[in-house]
Amino acid sequence: MTLHDPNYNFAYLDEQTKRMIRRALLKALAIPGYQVPFASREMPMPYGWGTGGVQVTAACLTPEDTLKVIDQGADDTTNAVSIRKFFQRTAGVAVTEQTAQASVIQTRHRIPETPLIEGQILVYQVPIPEPLRFLEPRETETRRMHALEEYGLMHVKLYEDIAHNGEISTAYAYPVKVEGRYVMDPSPIPKFDNPKLESAAIQLFGAGREQRIYALPPYCRVTSLDFEDHPFEASKADHDCDLCGCATSYLDEVIVDDAGGRMFVCSDTDFCTGRREGGHRGRLSPEDMA
Amino acid sequence: MKMIRVSDVSKSFVLHNQGGAVIPVMAGAELSVAPGECVALVGNSGAGKSTLMRMIWGNYLCGSGAITVGDVDVARAEPREVLRMRRELMGYVSQFLRVVPRVPTLEVVAEPALRAGVAREVALSRARSLLARLNLPEPLWALSPTTFSGGEQQRVNIARGFVHDFPAMLLDEPTASLDATNRAVVLDLIREAKARGAAIVGIFHDEAARAEICDREIDVSRFAPGAA
Amino acid sequence: MTPLLQARGLTKHYGARLGCGNVSFDLYPGEVMGIVGESGSGKSTLLSCLAGHLSPDAGEVIFDTRDHGPQDVLRMSEPARRMLGRTDWAFVHQNARDGLRMGVSAGANVGERLMAVGARHYGDIREQATDWLGRVEIAADRIDDRPRAFSGGMQQRLQIARNLVTGPRLVFMDEPTGGLDVSVQARLLDLLRGLVREMGLSAIVVTHDLAVVRLLADRLMVMKGGAVVEAGLTDQVLDDPQHGYTQLLVSSVLQV
Repeated sequence: MTLHDPNYNFAYLDEQTKRMIRRALLKALAIPGYQVPFASREMPMPYGWGTGGVQVTAACLTPEDTLKVIDQGADDTTNAVSIRKFFQRTAGVAVTEQTAQASVIQTRHRIPETPLIEGQILVYQVPIPEPLRFLEPRETETRRMHALEEYGLMHVKLYEDIAHNGEISTAYAYPVKVEGRYVMDPSPIPKFDNPKLESAAIQLFGAGREQRIYALPPYCRVTSLDFEDHPFEASKADHDCDLCGCATSYLDEVIVDDAGGRMFVCSDTDFCTGRREGGHRGRLSPEDMA
Repeated sequence: MKMIRVSDVSKSFVLHNQGGAVIPVMAGAELSVAPGECVALVGNSGAGKSTLMRMIWGNYLCGSGAITVGDVDVARAEPREVLRMRRELMGYVSQFLRVVPRVPTLEVVAEPALRAGVAREVALSRARSLLARLNLPEPLWALSPTTFSGGEQQRVNIARGFVHDFPAMLLDEPTASLDATNRAVVLDLIREAKARGAAIVGIFHDEAARAEICDREIDVSRFAPGAA
Repeated sequence: MTPLLQARGLTKHYGARLGCGNVSFDLYPGEVMGIVGESGSGKSTLLSCLAGHLSPDAGEVIFDTRDHGPQDVLRMSEPARRMLGRTDWAFVHQNARDGLRMGVSAGANVGERLMAVGARHYGDIREQATDWLGRVEIAADRIDDRPRAFSGGMQQRLQIARNLVTGPRLVFMDEPTGGLDVSVQARLLDLLRGLVREMGLSAIVVTHDLAVVRLLADRLMVMKGGAVVEAGLTDQVLDDPQHGYTQLLVSSVLQV
């Protein structure tokens, strides 16, 4: 463990703010899927870059934690690198790119492929926490709808999908019902990840601009909404990873030249690296090309 | 047993917007009609024939006294009781045709029967046979009667009044603006209604028709306030 | 027979001003009652109190519920009242935009109430939506269009379909033909009258248009300054008005 920059309080936020956020987190865990308002602080980054997730991570971190930060599954993108550096500097915690080694993982738009275990915490960055927002713009009304479990509107959205596209085309931020009670936006993760929301880890969701925190305690029941004749499907691109050959992981499509050439690679970089180190090969693995 | 009974009925209009003027129009009106009987209301224009008829129909309030049609006390009944009376007991051939625009003539005519609970096919077939009897050209049946001529509208009104076998009927100038052929059809319809036992109150300016069809005449001017 | 809806002494003040005062009536199954009066007469306030959109200062609104018989709607729990609003009650707004979701298709607008009461079979929902669009004379191929692309009359008909799809027993209508062209009004009236009769609906129709109530309503209440000044059978109130205000109202209608 390295020391953190002494000019900052541990993990940037002051202790009172962290306590306030922890209280919100405890309430959120006690009422799975319910959006708890919290007094979101100004963070040294713009809204939309994970201010909610960062505050939740800051409130959870202890000096002994090992932190992993991913953005769309990758550890090496700008957003992930910046946030990781931010906590290295302000909290001095150990960092890792390996899912299995991390005690706290902050994520944007993905759930790691490697199954999470008890004791791990997954923190999501959330842009718009209200799943009913696009259909009902009034906050007073959406709160009442949650309170009274009036969720017919959620199916209106799915109905529209089928009516216009022949199938439920919502591919990410696919709404779920938590423990048979609250309808929740799982943040913009691909619907492929929805089944992984039922997990051994603690899952915390932070929306900085919208000032909301919500949570899924371990082993909580999470059902993706659907119709009887159009059941939920955790779909992905119909390919194998071109680097590690994995047929079951979520893939990113990468355009590789100006002639329309493209490849599919695991969106989870740590997972893909681990498989390649274990000897798995894909269609375009560099070793084969050489 | 009388089907329609009017006893000691009086009526006055209060014109609140013209200095509260009170205009008494009727006092001590008496009338009773038995099943199978046709009674004509006569008297000069303004004597109160239409007023009395409207009080029986219930669209004019009865000032005092009693009006009963079958088991319904029209003068005191709740709106829904009056509506039931109109639905089940009494047909009305008025001089005015008031219909929802766009509704085809056939539906307009069948409506009272449908409301009385007659099966749709039966009601429509009766409507068709009445319109045919009244010589309304078949191409018009599918059109709304709102744009029809006066005589055509009158025949629609008559068909509407006779489409169901009501035990009581009100006829307001049923033969007005009709040619001889259709006039004869209407008189036949009235005779048939009498024969099946309908109690009928009518206003006929057509004296020949009145003489031919009515059993009694009631001179309404007798009920003018102060006349007695 | 038990009245479907009973209003007892409904009173609503806006500060010192009276919205509606001590209004009582019974509405029986299958009855259509019109409420007429000029703007500010309290007719819309009364409708809002009846439909549970406003809470009155005093009075009771007793509805004959399917499961528990007559219940005071004002003392029901909010979930129960909102459930009533999605099932046995319907509310047709003057402005279709207030009663429709403009951002979703016509089919979804009709289907929403079905989904709100638990329908989860897309095919069935769509079939019912198609059927209802037909009943309100909207072509089946418009089912996936948004109401923004519809004319005013079509929007109003869509609103009616959306409201009636769950087979309500009581419909509140606030100026249902207001703001529409006369020819469009006539079509809508014809449609409403047919549906009311066919489904055996009870309805309360607020309007300032006497022609609308004559064609649609069995009974009439005339309001002025928050109070009911006259009530009775529709054609009786219009043909033989007793109160000075009603006489003025009836004599002010332009004849064509």
